Amino acid sequence: MYAQMVKSTGQGVKSLDEMEPQERAFQERINAGEKIEPKDWMPAGYRKNLIRQIGQHAHSEIVGQLPEGNWITRAPTLERKAILLAKVQDEAGHGLYLYCAAETLGVSRDELTEDLLSGKMKYSSIFNYPTLTWADMGAVGWLVDGAAIMNQVPLQRTSYGPYARAMVRICKEESFHQRQGYDIMMKMAQGTPAQKRMAQDALNRFWYPSLMMFGPSDADSVHSAQSMAWKIKMNTNDELRQKFVDQTVPQAEYLGLTVPDETLEWNDDKGGYDFAEPDWSEFFDVIKGNGPCNVERLAARNKAWDDGKWVREGLLAHAEKRASKKVAAE
Amino acid sequence: MSDKATFEFLCRMGDNTLVLGHRVSEWCGVAPVLEEDIALANTALDLIGQTQMWLGLAGEIEGRGRTADDLAMTRDAWDFRNVLLAEQPNGDFGQTMMRQFLFDAWHLAMLQALTRSCDTRVAEIAAKAVKEVRYHVERSGDTVIGLGDGTEESHRRMQAALDLLWPYVGEMFIPDAVDDAMAEAGIAPDLTELRAGFDSHVGSVMEAATLTIPDTDFAHKGGKSGFRHSEHLGHMLTQMQWLQRAYPGASW
Amino acid sequence: MSAPNSAYPDIPEAQPEKPKRHEWPLWEIFIRGQHGMSHRHVGSLHAPDAEMAIKNARDVYTRRNEGVSIWAVEARHIAASSPGDKGPFYEPSESKVYRHPTFFDIPDEVGAM
Repeated sequence: MYAQMVKSTGQGVKSLDEMEPQERAFQERINAGEKIEPKDWMPAGYRKNLIRQIGQHAHSEIVGQLPEGNWITRAPTLERKAILLAKVQDEAGHGLYLYCAAETLGVSRDELTEDLLSGKMKYSSIFNYPTLTWADMGAVGWLVDGAAIMNQVPLQRTSYGPYARAMVRICKEESFHQRQGYDIMMKMAQGTPAQKRMAQDALNRFWYPSLMMFGPSDADSVHSAQSMAWKIKMNTNDELRQKFVDQTVPQAEYLGLTVPDETLEWNDDKGGYDFAEPDWSEFFDVIKGNGPCNVERLAARNKAWDDGKWVREGLLAHAEKRASKKVAAE
Repeated sequence: MSDKATFEFLCRMGDNTLVLGHRVSEWCGVAPVLEEDIALANTALDLIGQTQMWLGLAGEIEGRGRTADDLAMTRDAWDFRNVLLAEQPNGDFGQTMMRQFLFDAWHLAMLQALTRSCDTRVAEIAAKAVKEVRYHVERSGDTVIGLGDGTEESHRRMQAALDLLWPYVGEMFIPDAVDDAMAEAGIAPDLTELRAGFDSHVGSVMEAATLTIPDTDFAHKGGKSGFRHSEHLGHMLTQMQWLQRAYPGASW
Repeated sequence: MSAPNSAYPDIPEAQPEKPKRHEWPLWEIFIRGQHGMSHRHVGSLHAPDAEMAIKNARDVYTRRNEGVSIWAVEARHIAASSPGDKGPFYEPSESKVYRHPTFFDIPDEVGAM
């Protein structure tokens, strides 16, 4: 998902009996559905995994501003421009909430940012794909936000309090994102032949990258098992992907669009669709930095950060001058 | 007083917010810090909303069935009536905030006066917009002060921004035939009367920012009359209007 | 926060102390949602000073009409009870059931109370 490749540090999931008393008490609290709060004792691995996961999630929101920001200045009407701008602004807000949640674990936002900018930390593969037409604004809202919501709704119940609370706030705001995306798709699908073509083209390009957002199958992964035991991951990647496909296919049919998967078929026995796996070699290429837009995305983030340095320093210097004047006056 | 003049006046108000809102929206995703990114988007959203009201009313008064979107998306540069200041490029963040503050300070004075317009439709739009703009000017003013009186580098950049943009201030206050007609009809204020309040507001902010207002009252003109926009506007419109131009008649 | 300036506080050993960073401080934001309600913690943000913290809070946390009043407190100024105190701090009040109105049986005849 937004933290597709979080590698946990655990060597496998310990049973309660194998744990030291402190860790056992911690795990029992999680099992009982209690929230872990910033000052509570927590295993080093839990903290480390959470920092990575929340950090990657935050980075994804911030980098995720770019593909949609790409169309703000070209939105076709004033209302569409306002809606898109408000949506991309929400993503900045989501990044902000998540960075703050990570900060409760003892890392600063600027440090996380620098790890993103140096390429040390990752963000979701999906944002390395280009947005080429206005229909992509529809497809991103409908598919990408749709896939994100799949993951984020259960994360509202995650064990770490600040993360869970950030997710509650995010989910509340997120519901308008997917709807506005689908609304754009409906307009396009019911529009002129050129608009329909744009809509189908957007679905063709975003279908498999959206499926990749859930990450490779992790049914047999110890890392995932540990994260699930800690309740910082709530479902397997395959469960969420299946749920996403089952939800999305009828929505595509309603639009009169064709999902670009010839093998797609309803399977009565499992009560869900059979569908083709995305090309995982493409996924690993994107993660390695070879996606269509990796270079541009990181360059844009770096430029914004570097160009903003004098501003951040200037405003801080002013605040400090004022504070010292105030002290001198007292 | 003709509807033609009122239409022109409303286009001036709406094009100012349209063009400046567009410029500010260009920052989305690339501002110096997340909190600023979010704040700039709020400003842009307010300005886009005001555009819908001003241009909506303009279209109504024109009586040719043009909507706010028609006016925004299908007029060419020479029909735009925004002041030159609004269309100036973003430059660095300091230039953007300086442009914003100079515009906001005028905008606030203008809107306050317009809340007393004898045209109730104008007064209603102004009453809504003035609340938003009061916050804009507070925020942009604080940022100009913080950066002017910040580090040596931020001070230098803000002074450069002020020097660059000051010659675009005059146009906002120099009345032409449209402004005279509006003032006479009691729809809009006499622009020259707004200047003293603006000078004292801007003067106190620049003093706190340790910045020096250039000793010149030279004013570039040609934006609000549409006679001679800068080269920047056409480039902005090629982006803003592209979809509507490429797929005429489509509904989005 | 025990190690506010290390990226991975769970591996403190053998990590040289990093230089103190010069960042905008973190602020905790409290918002009064409606007149008559108390301020509630809504989240955090960064700002160079208190005035900007309040302005940023207005832009970040009241985008959907969420508030009528904002408090900003620099995070490092918040004093907090430690989680270990949880028992002694809060459990004694659990036994004071008489503080709760449901403790008392009032006859139906006397009406609402």
